[in-house]
Amino acid sequence: MAYLDHAATTPMLPEAVQAMSAQLSLAGNASSLHASGRRARRTVEESREALAAALGGRPSEVVFTSGGTEADNLAVKGLYWARRDADPARARVLASPVEHHAVLDAVHWLADHEGARVEWLPVDGCGRVRPEALREAIERDPHDVALATVMWANNEVGTIMPVAELAAVAREFDVPLHSDAVQAFGQADVDFAASGLDAMTVSAHKVGGPYGIGALLLRRECAPVPLLHGGGQERDVRSGTLDVPAIAAFATAGTLAARRRTEFVREVGALRDQLVDAVREAVPDAVLNGDPDPAGRLAANAHFSFPGCEGDSLLLLLDAQGIECSTGSACTAGVAQPSHVLLAMGADSDRARGSLRFSLGHTSTAGDVAEVAKAIGPVVERARSAGLL
Amino acid sequence: MTFPGAPTGPRDGSRLRVLAAMSGGVDSAVAAARAAEAGHDVTGVHLALSANPQSFRTGARGCCTIEDSRDARRAADVIGIPFYVWDLAERFREDVVEDFVSEYAAGRTPNPCLRCNEKIKFAALLDKALALGFDAVCTGHYATVVTHGDGRRELHRASDAAKDQSYVLGVLDDRQLAHAMFPLGDTLTTKDEIRAEAERRGLAVARKPDSHDICFIADGDTQGFLAKRLGTAEGAIVDEDGTRVGSHEGAYGFTIGQRKGLRIGTPAPDGKPRYVLDISPVDNTVTVGPAEALDVTGLTAIRPRWCGDVPPAGEAAYTAQLRAHGEDVPVRAEVVDGELRVRFAQPVRGVAPGQAVVLYDGTQVVGSATIATTERRERPAAAHA
Repeated sequence: MAYLDHAATTPMLPEAVQAMSAQLSLAGNASSLHASGRRARRTVEESREALAAALGGRPSEVVFTSGGTEADNLAVKGLYWARRDADPARARVLASPVEHHAVLDAVHWLADHEGARVEWLPVDGCGRVRPEALREAIERDPHDVALATVMWANNEVGTIMPVAELAAVAREFDVPLHSDAVQAFGQADVDFAASGLDAMTVSAHKVGGPYGIGALLLRRECAPVPLLHGGGQERDVRSGTLDVPAIAAFATAGTLAARRRTEFVREVGALRDQLVDAVREAVPDAVLNGDPDPAGRLAANAHFSFPGCEGDSLLLLLDAQGIECSTGSACTAGVAQPSHVLLAMGADSDRARGSLRFSLGHTSTAGDVAEVAKAIGPVVERARSAGLL
Repeated sequence: MTFPGAPTGPRDGSRLRVLAAMSGGVDSAVAAARAAEAGHDVTGVHLALSANPQSFRTGARGCCTIEDSRDARRAADVIGIPFYVWDLAERFREDVVEDFVSEYAAGRTPNPCLRCNEKIKFAALLDKALALGFDAVCTGHYATVVTHGDGRRELHRASDAAKDQSYVLGVLDDRQLAHAMFPLGDTLTTKDEIRAEAERRGLAVARKPDSHDICFIADGDTQGFLAKRLGTAEGAIVDEDGTRVGSHEGAYGFTIGQRKGLRIGTPAPDGKPRYVLDISPVDNTVTVGPAEALDVTGLTAIRPRWCGDVPPAGEAAYTAQLRAHGEDVPVRAEVVDGELRVRFAQPVRGVAPGQAVVLYDGTQVVGSATIATTERRERPAAAHA
């Protein structure tokens, strides 16, 4: 059994389980004024401070959400509405074409329903947006840009974006820049203040925290129009009773992810390199997608295309041998679509269809790599005989 | 020595790797459950056959919606087998939907379910399954595969004649049958019993309504679907003498033997109902006439497929089924120049080119072919006056 789909979700850290369990049986709404409420509020604020410290932000910049998807939607739609309301000329949205669907589909929705004019920023063969590309797009008319959004690291191929440079360009023109840092947290040096970003998405369950909790880091001068109206619990930007146990566990996991990052990158990165070598040895024509330079890609990510294979077939055959990975692409009714990320990187549709993502994590071992090394050759051979049906 | 339903239990004590096609309906779910219970290593797969599936089923129709996919997944969860969705939409469009449209455009009446079994379930899906290391494809069809001691295989009607679906499987050849598993076919079970079994097994699809219609025409409006694809073109409805008695918006909209929906203004001279006798797409003309003019004494069918792979030699007596849920009629048949010639013992009505003729020897499927032309009975001269 080899779990190599940590980018989808990674097991909760024991410390996070403990932090969450400790809170689950306690009563108290963090908005209540009595002692139980004050106790819950204290847990929330301590967690907020811990998370802010882990992410290089101020506590007041942390807005808890139900996860990465909500944080992305709040940033993209909320900032668009706010900026356009302030000046109706601002209807242009600049986005990378390799975004996660939580951003991609929010952008599409703005185009379809809110009159947004979307401009997809060009990416290179690794899927990276160059700062010059952002500059060029903004300079075409600096006054009509509502916002720009470029992820910190790509969830499929693991390419790390030059976020600080992109933010510097955006700052020059006073264009707010949002970045989805869900995959980057715990692996890249994610420091909100140093990055110069205006908004940044993180999610707990990718760093060993629980599902259903995430955060949008938001500069204090940024006031997106809310998606959810109600009690106004989070800076009046986000409403809903705070999930105290999940927030406590998120803070625990996030703190550990930041603290252990260097060690994680070294150890998991070494395992990843072994895995890449093993796959290449077994399947010489396998194509490593994304940045071949370790400095430019997430330490836990290995993403391949296997020419002549269907990703679905590979998945089924590996699954049957207890190796769990992902095609990394989006699903509609469970139907694999050719990856929009690979297509944007210039891959043809066969290369996009025959791709597989192995993502490692804190529980990965050399044994996992050995299992892949043993299985991948015959699996690819068999999938190839089944062809691109 | 034969043993009915052979592949439904581990053959020679062996455990087969089985790919169960799961539509999201009750039959295929129970079939997959039975195969798993028989000790096979079963993997479920739902075929996505529509490029743009609707979210929900409307009424009792369809098997291509996201809801159906979820129902299939849920059934696989309960059975405890892995489950995948395979996108065969492009193949399905090419081999089934386009064939359906072009057959209607040519004035014939296709059977898309049969085409789907021939080209998708027991071709595209089976080939991929075999390549991936599976031994068999399992479906919820009601039919029986009998394997002889010497390895010869026969396809038979289901034990429950009322549920029998061997007609739509008649196109399968020996190689396809060798890898087909129909766990529902060899048990004398009514639909209610299958539902009860699904309920017992905890399958939520137990109460799901049956699908009867063409899965890619979600609203059941075949005429509307064809009109959208083929456009409308006004043409004449004529009687046997060639006298114009009405008009239509496209000859493809009719089926031989059809009585309803002709919208003929003037009644027939003898006051009797009129039926579609002939469809001519070339001049966009539909010919109508009395019921007795539908009597067919024989037919020629093309693209014959034989369950034993070998065409029977010489003329022999069989029974024939001419449409899904049609009755079995006695015939004599032989192969002439690669075409199947069939003569009916008694004239039959409503034989539509494009449909399959499936030949049976008792309960055994001998083979099938696509009806190309029919021979009408000579009638008293009056009709042709």
